[in-house]
Amino acid sequence: MSVMSKLKEVAVCLNAGRVTLPYPADPKPVPERFRGRPLFDSVKCIGCAGCANNCPSREILILDVCQEIRVLTYLGRRCTFCGRCAEVCPEKAVTMSKEFETGTDKINDLHQRLELFMSTCQRCGRCFKGQSPLEALKMKGYRVDDLANDRWVFKSTAYLKGQPGLDDLTIELEG
Amino acid sequence: MLKNLCQKVFGRSLWVYHANSGGCNGCDIEVLNVLTPYYDVERFGIKLVGSPRHADVMLCQGPAMRSTGKALQRAYAAMAAPKLVFAVGSCACGGGIWHDSYAVIGPVEKIIPVNYYIPGCPPRPEAIIWGVAVAAGLVEKKTAPVEFKQTTDFQIPKYHPDLLKGTGDLVIYEKMDHI
Repeated sequence: MSVMSKLKEVAVCLNAGRVTLPYPADPKPVPERFRGRPLFDSVKCIGCAGCANNCPSREILILDVCQEIRVLTYLGRRCTFCGRCAEVCPEKAVTMSKEFETGTDKINDLHQRLELFMSTCQRCGRCFKGQSPLEALKMKGYRVDDLANDRWVFKSTAYLKGQPGLDDLTIELEG
Repeated sequence: MLKNLCQKVFGRSLWVYHANSGGCNGCDIEVLNVLTPYYDVERFGIKLVGSPRHADVMLCQGPAMRSTGKALQRAYAAMAAPKLVFAVGSCACGGGIWHDSYAVIGPVEKIIPVNYYIPGCPPRPEAIIWGVAVAAGLVEKKTAPVEFKQTTDFQIPKYHPDLLKGTGDLVIYEKMDHI
């Protein structure tokens, strides 16, 4: 009886074959939607610091060294690879790579540092950004500046005397 | 001679003590996954032991907490002298997602010296094997610090905006000769 059960066990073991992966010798592909360590693209990055504001573990640091240079540092030591920086980035400058073999003996190996050039307004000296789509929509058809009184006019019916008042809708429809 | 032979043969068989000082159990499950037949680490001679006195390597998981930091220090002191510490997971490497909590001291390297870091939340079993293989000298490490710089072609004018004098369409800067 016991000999038979042993023989059965041998048969099971022989049928099972080998399941162990030859891992460090052969690379193991990761699943399709796996999120590895984030990679920052300095060409696409505009320095809006949205990733730094959204990082739950506060691992992306923004430092304004001078007027024109903004330094973005990704430390990566307590990063949980949640992908919120890649999700929030408007320019798709942050991508979650499939890199997971990041074991090191120095924690500095995980750092990524971007030095970004920020353009500044030549009048006021502050950093500026382009028109957002919402602002462009606000400008369209509504903007007749009152130059004599030195003020901006956002509605055409407001300040111009001697002209027939137009509805905003009419202006929109006529282009 | 026998001693040298033993060191050559058994030199890289690490006995691992698995210390969790307040982690969420995610890394523990991945470490136990490493010991399964699928990712069999006993082919490298790595074995999980129950006591720090038997161990060569301590696998730290979880941040150093105020309640368990002292115990972690004592476990480290109990290990025999040529010892390594691996920080597994983002909690042990850098303090984790609750790094600013009052109960968390920070990464385990605030309490004990750490030799190898395996980031990830939790790290894949392959990543843990990779980190151990880096420590054992089986593979080369892949990561290196990255630094980018955006460069510009045009010169940035430096002036004070108060000194701009506008005359109609023409805007003049007063001290242009001095720059």
